[in-house]
Amino acid sequence: MTAHQSTERWSSWQAMDSGRLLLLAAAGMLTVAAIAHTATVPIPPASVHVAVAFGILIALGELLRLGLPGGREAAPIATAGAMAYALLLYVKELPGHQPPPPVPPLQVIAVTAIGMTIGALPHLAAGRAAGVTGMASRLVAVACVAFIFRPLTGVHAIAAHWWLAAGVMTVLLIFGCLVDVVIGALIRADDLGARFGVALRDEMRVQWPLATAVGASAMILAFATESMGIAALAVFVVPLLVTQLAFRRYAGIRSTYLQTVRALARVTEVGGYVESGHSHRVSVLAVAVGRVLGMNEPDLLDLEYAALMHDIGQLSLRDPIPGGATVLVSRADQQRIAELGADVIAKAGVLDRVAELVRGQSLPARGTEPGPPVGSRIIRAANAFDDLVGGSTDRDRSTAALERLRLDTASEYDAGVIEALSEVAGKRRPGRL
Amino acid sequence: MGKVSRAVWLYIAAVVIVAVALIVPTDFEAQGIRWWIELGVLQLLFLICDSTPTPLVSRQSAWSPSSSATLAAVVLLGPAGAALVGAISVFSLRRHMIVAERLFNGAMYAVSGYAAGRAYIAAGGHVGRPLPHEFPMIIWAFAAAAAVHVITNHGLLWGALSLTRKGKGLRDRSRLESSLPLLLVSDLGYAVLGLLIAALWTVVGAFAAVLVLVPLFVARWAMGQFAEQQRAYAATMEALCQAVETKDFYTRGHSERVSRGSGMIAREIGMRPDRADAISYAGMLHDVGKLGVPTKVLQKTGALTEEEFAAIQLHPMRGLEIVREIGFLDEALTGIMHHHERIDGKGYPMGLAADEIPEFARVIAVADAFDSMTSNRSYRQARGIDEAVRELRKGSGSQFDPALVEAFIAALGREGWKLPEPAAAPLDHQTVTAQDHDDPTAPLRVVESL
Repeated sequence: MTAHQSTERWSSWQAMDSGRLLLLAAAGMLTVAAIAHTATVPIPPASVHVAVAFGILIALGELLRLGLPGGREAAPIATAGAMAYALLLYVKELPGHQPPPPVPPLQVIAVTAIGMTIGALPHLAAGRAAGVTGMASRLVAVACVAFIFRPLTGVHAIAAHWWLAAGVMTVLLIFGCLVDVVIGALIRADDLGARFGVALRDEMRVQWPLATAVGASAMILAFATESMGIAALAVFVVPLLVTQLAFRRYAGIRSTYLQTVRALARVTEVGGYVESGHSHRVSVLAVAVGRVLGMNEPDLLDLEYAALMHDIGQLSLRDPIPGGATVLVSRADQQRIAELGADVIAKAGVLDRVAELVRGQSLPARGTEPGPPVGSRIIRAANAFDDLVGGSTDRDRSTAALERLRLDTASEYDAGVIEALSEVAGKRRPGRL
Repeated sequence: MGKVSRAVWLYIAAVVIVAVALIVPTDFEAQGIRWWIELGVLQLLFLICDSTPTPLVSRQSAWSPSSSATLAAVVLLGPAGAALVGAISVFSLRRHMIVAERLFNGAMYAVSGYAAGRAYIAAGGHVGRPLPHEFPMIIWAFAAAAAVHVITNHGLLWGALSLTRKGKGLRDRSRLESSLPLLLVSDLGYAVLGLLIAALWTVVGAFAAVLVLVPLFVARWAMGQFAEQQRAYAATMEALCQAVETKDFYTRGHSERVSRGSGMIAREIGMRPDRADAISYAGMLHDVGKLGVPTKVLQKTGALTEEEFAAIQLHPMRGLEIVREIGFLDEALTGIMHHHERIDGKGYPMGLAADEIPEFARVIAVADAFDSMTSNRSYRQARGIDEAVRELRKGSGSQFDPALVEAFIAALGREGWKLPEPAAAPLDHQTVTAQDHDDPTAPLRVVESL
């Protein structure tokens, strides 16, 4: 059994990194080919300033990366700049100059890759992650758009009618965004053990507002460069900058919120009501189980909050339960703790779904109709598991605990949840939780 | 605007007459069909922008990017066109607007649009779709137009507001003044958008407006999400702090009131808004560590042993331990950790004195002691506000920072203080503390060590 499990783990580990490796290899090959091409066929002097300007914009955009909910990272300005360069029809010619010659797709890729790399260097210098995966994903998306659109600039109809150009650009921008989203979802599904379909929908839900703004800005930049020359880049990036600032504040408050709930959930530990680290461990387990069961991100966030605060009702008890193990107290007491906790959370007025999950955690999986919500069943199982196992990562102990929980699936615990739990517990490695 | 006085009506009438007088002499016959179509598109754009204003500074002032439509009209259509685009705000889709307000808005935007158009031409701008060779010189003419637009707009608005707000307290006006710089900046920003729209118009026609506004509408959506999350955050924090307080019957609402008091002091001494927010959170969380103090120590009526006193003295550190992971609270952390320090250095946990104590901690200490004194305790009734103020003054310089005590008293005089609900007798199952570590008038009694 263990041998079988270890090969399974090995292959899943391999699968996880092969996706990322493939992406990095593709991006690397594109970069090498693009730079080699640009070195052999140098950029004509008349359009060097265009390439440099877009390169600077992309580097700046990569420098001003933006954290999005769920630990994602985006570089809206870099993406818009690179897409605009890929979609550039024609640049207002400088007086006394010939119109610049057309830009080959590989040149777009070279400028984008160099700009991104330069923009990522300060992140490295500051000790932050380089974000290579995100950069590779963006580069591949830009390359897809460039390879399709660059040849089209020679088509007379597109150069002559702005509405036709705008239509083609819109379609290509949506396509480019989809490429980025699909790559992101694949990587995330592998990293977190989520289902691909769920990960894709989550990715789209998070990305579409920003992607809309990025797409519109890319078109603005492409068209404005056409009428106002390269100086337009500086001015026309302003609306996107405003968008980015707004998103930064939004992402900031989201993470502060989560940090605060995490921190305040620890009051039960400091008060001696539960074992140290219990709430955190239960929340990590619960989220992992929820992900295996195919829950989407908003539901997982509710689940995480509920799991973090599932013992908050114990604050109303006069004396702490010995060891805080709610699995050992009577059904009536469990229910009282759950009710009190749910009341506390419901008082906030904005976390009603979380309160419902906390309220349902004391109910057995069977015997009542319609029964507690899935999130509550997950918390109930994760809580029982942690009460029995604690912070230990001992395999025998966790197997014994799972056996005990499995015996109770006839009434107490949800069989599907326990199976997911054993899958998650099987993947636990010492030091991970 | 509420009920409209005669002076305000006269003022509105004057602005409307000016607007009409400016628009009517224009020779509209000379304009081609394209001019009228562009006018219609920009008017539509104005109404769309105007229909959903973005809250700027909390709920105080809402501003909409509609002026970018007017400014685009300045370039594309000339003064009369800009005036007509502004005048469309009479038909604003915003509800809850009275006739006077609509009339005034329409006239105000018409006048400022016309003035901006004149300024654009005077500064050498050319009316019509901007041609490539006009860049970048067109920017100066446009900047003049934007400046005149903002000035005229705010000037007219200022006149109306000072007429309607006359006699009301100074606070409304001072609030408006404090948000004015932000309004000006955002207005100029929206004006820049007008130029962007006009410049793109040459290439893609009315589609320019769509392209420029999409990122802005996304930004507005994100700001809405931000505001929603912020409200949810504050509510959650309050609920969790209440949960902590259920441990002790008498200290209910203490966190919330200390938060309010700390915020009052912070505003009184002119703290930056973001720091004032942070100190409100710190006030809310200052006693979270009390949960680490065993209930039997809190309930003890007699003198405390050294160990028990030490357990109480440890609570700021316990609180710090809990909230340390919250990223934004850097300065708030010091406030929570040191809120029981005293100016004379006899406080805990570190025995810091005077300026060594972080400002946040000094502020929270005042609000904390005041709320403790004005609440019921098991061993005494609540004191009145006057008596508590006297006690604060008595401790001023030894326990409290004198400047902050005076600031708090000044804020109390203006904003008042909502006393806690008089607590009914606690129910059987509720725990009751016998001593309050926050109460400066009844210090904890400690058994002298043997």
